[in-house]
Amino acid sequence: MQVKMNVNGKTFEADVAARLNLADCIRHEMDLTGTHVACEHGVCGACTVLVNGEAVRSCLMLAVQAHDQEVLTVEGLSNDDELSALQASFRKHNALQCGFCTPGFITTAHALLSKEPHCDEDRIREVLSGNLCRCTGYVPIVQAVLDARVAYQKAGVL
Amino acid sequence: MAQPILKPADRQGKNVGAPKERIEDLRFLRGKGIYVDDVKKEDVLHVCILRSPMAHGLIKSINTDEAKKLPGVVAIFTAKDIQDHCGSIPLIPIRLHHNPLLDPYKQPVIASDKVRFVGEAIALVVAKTPAIAEDAMGLIELDIENLDIAHNIESAKTNAVRLFDDPKGNSPLTYRSKKGNAQLVFDNAAYTRKEKFIIQRISAMTMETRGVLAQWKVDSQELYVFGAAKVPFWNRAALAQMMGLDKDHVQLIENDVGGSFGARGEFYTEDFLVPFVAKVLGATVKWIEDRLEHLMSMNQARDCDAEVEIACDREGRILGFRGHMNYDLGAYPRTNGLVAPRNITQFLTGPYKVENIDLSCDIVFTNKTPSGTLRAPGRFESNFFCERLLDMAAKDLGVDVVEIRRKNVLSPKDMPYPFPTISPSLIDHTADTECDSGDYRETLDRCMKDFKWRELQHLQGQMVNGVYHGLGLSCFIEGGSAGPRENAKLRLDKDGPVTFSVGSTSVGQGVETVLTQIAADELEVDMADIVMLHGSTTLLNEGWGSYHSRSTVMGGSAVTNATDLFKEEVRVRASALLKCDASQVSVSAGMAFSPQGQKVSWNDLVNTKPIEVMGTFASHHHTYAYGCSAAHITVDPKTGRIKVLDYLVVEDVGRAINPLTVHGQLVGGTVQGMSGTLLEHIVHDEQGQLLTGSLADYLIATSTDFPIIRAVVMEQYPSPLNPLGAKGAGEGGTICVGGAIGNALASALRSFNIEPNSLPLSPMRVWEMVQET
Repeated sequence: MQVKMNVNGKTFEADVAARLNLADCIRHEMDLTGTHVACEHGVCGACTVLVNGEAVRSCLMLAVQAHDQEVLTVEGLSNDDELSALQASFRKHNALQCGFCTPGFITTAHALLSKEPHCDEDRIREVLSGNLCRCTGYVPIVQAVLDARVAYQKAGVL
Repeated sequence: MAQPILKPADRQGKNVGAPKERIEDLRFLRGKGIYVDDVKKEDVLHVCILRSPMAHGLIKSINTDEAKKLPGVVAIFTAKDIQDHCGSIPLIPIRLHHNPLLDPYKQPVIASDKVRFVGEAIALVVAKTPAIAEDAMGLIELDIENLDIAHNIESAKTNAVRLFDDPKGNSPLTYRSKKGNAQLVFDNAAYTRKEKFIIQRISAMTMETRGVLAQWKVDSQELYVFGAAKVPFWNRAALAQMMGLDKDHVQLIENDVGGSFGARGEFYTEDFLVPFVAKVLGATVKWIEDRLEHLMSMNQARDCDAEVEIACDREGRILGFRGHMNYDLGAYPRTNGLVAPRNITQFLTGPYKVENIDLSCDIVFTNKTPSGTLRAPGRFESNFFCERLLDMAAKDLGVDVVEIRRKNVLSPKDMPYPFPTISPSLIDHTADTECDSGDYRETLDRCMKDFKWRELQHLQGQMVNGVYHGLGLSCFIEGGSAGPRENAKLRLDKDGPVTFSVGSTSVGQGVETVLTQIAADELEVDMADIVMLHGSTTLLNEGWGSYHSRSTVMGGSAVTNATDLFKEEVRVRASALLKCDASQVSVSAGMAFSPQGQKVSWNDLVNTKPIEVMGTFASHHHTYAYGCSAAHITVDPKTGRIKVLDYLVVEDVGRAINPLTVHGQLVGGTVQGMSGTLLEHIVHDEQGQLLTGSLADYLIATSTDFPIIRAVVMEQYPSPLNPLGAKGAGEGGTICVGGAIGNALASALRSFNIEPNSLPLSPMRVWEMVQET
């Protein structure tokens, strides 16, 4: 099936199988391998991307469902010169070890802070509870997201 | 050896000891890490593996006719094809503590006549896409004659059902540790208590599943295997031997690795099967494990029972431990299944001075997924047994639970403290081991002080707002730095960075950063001027990797040896130009200086010929970090739910190369231990069917479960066994959780006289214990 979507600001067009999920499409058709697949049943959150600003598990969405939508992956939140405030906060707090779950946490936290830059710790824990991490014990991740709020508040996002 | 021979101040630099942000993070945070499924190759074929749906059965037929007809299917392999190519079905070798009497129990790389667990590989489908391979897998007709199964320790030990045709039956090996005269002290002790314990089966559950990308280069007859982890050099030798190839024709490439925890990176059947397919087809072939396969086929762990007895005098001084344990290894010993049963037998007495020990452990084969090491193998389990017994003894004798530990923990005058000798041990030097340094009271006292134990003590057993409060503590030792050796090559080319190649591997612990910190200080250069390569077999002839909390100590010490050799070579080359004796040349920060102040840059010294030196560090002696943890919990007797209000772990690691990453190991390890104590449980039914086949059924900790986990890293007693003074410190956080939480639960429910002796402490189990009283 023909599919067309905006991914990280660029137009992506391809003829894909109807059963291809968005995660596999992003990873293997677009070569954006920062989006990771760890469970393929929507529990671990590693494949989280933003679709029209909403955090979405890309393993539970078909590529064709993203037709005409705006998709943002971890690569779209980065540049090669410097880390974003959220990424820098993760690094400062040692909020990652093996790094496999990290893109999903970055995208999930970015979606949260973009909408709720004043959220409290309980809210952060609640939202991040849909993402699994096996290395850090979550304590530094929550700290990193708390610390990154100020950058989103300054950015003036409501 | 009782006193530390090397203080941190002796090797002082600006990087070691500083909480350096990690080099690795820059790529991981941007989604630029390259894990095995991210490795880009042209014309890749995809493998799917048909796995046994039965726990025990005889394979009658495998009909692949329909599957082969599906467009896009390239080939299908079964045991017969592998037999035809190899002459016999290769077996998974035992990497650690091999014993020839287990030869008849080794796992074949593919099931030929018999299946022994749900998830065992039966056939491989190779196709142009993973989707086609899966479709084809569904078309294979499999006929298996069902056999009765041995589903747990009890049923397996009757030998009513035998997994193997071997006269030794399902329980062929017993480990035993002995010290002093246990019989005598138990006959005469003022106090003894015997208890039964059970620990459930769990999974390491790495976030990245396993994966293998194998490329056969037809022209050069070379095999390249991507996705190697943990122990690539050992795995290369094993694979070369099984494939009948020269070792130099097999290269294992280490990519970024999404966690190991002991399980990922061992040599599994797929590590043979996928390269085998690549060679036979002369192609590039990929297999990426899915989460169900991961739950069915990756090594599982724990799953043991114990009947252990403690003997004390009236004041609570431990006189002896004795008892017997059983360890359920699942269907096969695989590469490292013997580590945990061996560890529970040798290290049960943990950080305590115990003169009389008689402990044994049977390994038991059952029709379940094979078992292997998982962070703190055998140590988590035996810590639970020991710490629970110690609390019960304290209660019976009317001794305070903190005081009974202060009375018994090791002190500097006990060092080097010998553990009981373990048998069988076929390599002599591994039978005995001893604690290297430390004053174990210091971590205990620090933990009690920082936790405010005394201030909180009055809450124990009290009900406040419908929940009971409990406090628990646990002391532990953590073995690290397994030998025999590690290598680090240093090379400096004209205009190049100082490049290291080490045998240590990255499993997410930050080895790239930590080893760069060490190298930068030794050479007095910036971390940015160093390139730290690791793991792949293309870098070095031999390396050992990352397990048993060894990479920082062994790899880091090898790095210091390489920098010493490098500086020697710089002195020799500089002496000719500076017209002085080599011994007079001083070396620092990219330059070499004569006593008169003349200088030459390292770069000028490699103008015509690069410098390359091979550093190494060899040691058979293990380091022993040690510490204490304390937990404050509440228990709701109506629901059985345990809530962890506060948890603190204190560990003396000798020397923290990077306090940020050591702290991360402690907190992360603790939460993994919490998860294994309270949430996780791999469940098989009586037919051996896996009931926990997804992350919706197999619960691991999430961000809401354990919000307050604190850790304190101490550096009072550097290890005398290596130039860094460091001790392995990747597992301590995990070891002590079961003991601390179990003791806290007993304290909370003291009015019910409940002694929680089996894990997990799920709400259901706790509620049942309350109901049973």
